[in-house]
Amino acid sequence: MSTTQMRTPLSRAKGWGSAKSGTHHFWVQRLTGIALIPLTLWFCFGLASLPSMAYSDFTAWVGSPFNSVMLILTLMAVFYHYALGLQVIIEDYVSDHAVRTAAIIASHFVCIILGVVGVFSVIRISLGVAG
Amino acid sequence: MAWTDKRPMSPHLQIYKLPMTAVLSVLHRGTGAALGVGGLLIVWILARAAGGEDDFAAANWVLSSLLGKLVLFGFTAALYYHFCNGIRHLLWDIGWGLDLKTSKHSGQAVLGVSLSLTALTWLVAL
Repeated sequence: MSTTQMRTPLSRAKGWGSAKSGTHHFWVQRLTGIALIPLTLWFCFGLASLPSMAYSDFTAWVGSPFNSVMLILTLMAVFYHYALGLQVIIEDYVSDHAVRTAAIIASHFVCIILGVVGVFSVIRISLGVAG
Repeated sequence: MAWTDKRPMSPHLQIYKLPMTAVLSVLHRGTGAALGVGGLLIVWILARAAGGEDDFAAANWVLSSLLGKLVLFGFTAALYYHFCNGIRHLLWDIGWGLDLKTSKHSGQAVLGVSLSLTALTWLVAL
């Protein structure tokens, strides 16, 4: 019997208890949130200051090296932040364990896919503008 | 396990008026969830732009039409609210402003600043 854990055998067998990586979740949520402070302001005012939403204006803005890098950073931070937040919402409101687990897995996958599509699109536009 | 108890629950939301700080908390979660739709929209617009000028026509319509602009306005309002309240959360995390009085005042500041930022952004845009 382990002396480092003050638990009964039954509690060890049941395996309930801490969320194990809960602190990491908390920290990364704050980290992405902090990153999103300058990124959000840049994004909103950047888009607002475009002369028009025509294809040429839009892709010229997205395609500039600085804006592409900023957009990729923003997309990554947003979808990581969103995935973590969505997980908390699902954990709060879905009571069935199996459905909850499936929902959390699905939400993470969707966020990753959206993030990758976004980053890929930015790179494609950027290379098109540069070419 | 799913909720199987069929007895009626005690009503609360239909009876008690939520404190302002509670409403702001619910709004933080609500805007957070709703902003996902905005994120989806942005990825869609970027994907269309990556597809070329013809593909972008639909996205351009969304960005330029009145309905599209209304959606974008709602998106920026939700974004700025979540942004400002998020900073309020970060301040709480370092221990500042946790008492009720400061919390109410910071909440009012959040509402004021998010409305101002929304107005400022759209002033720049239009």
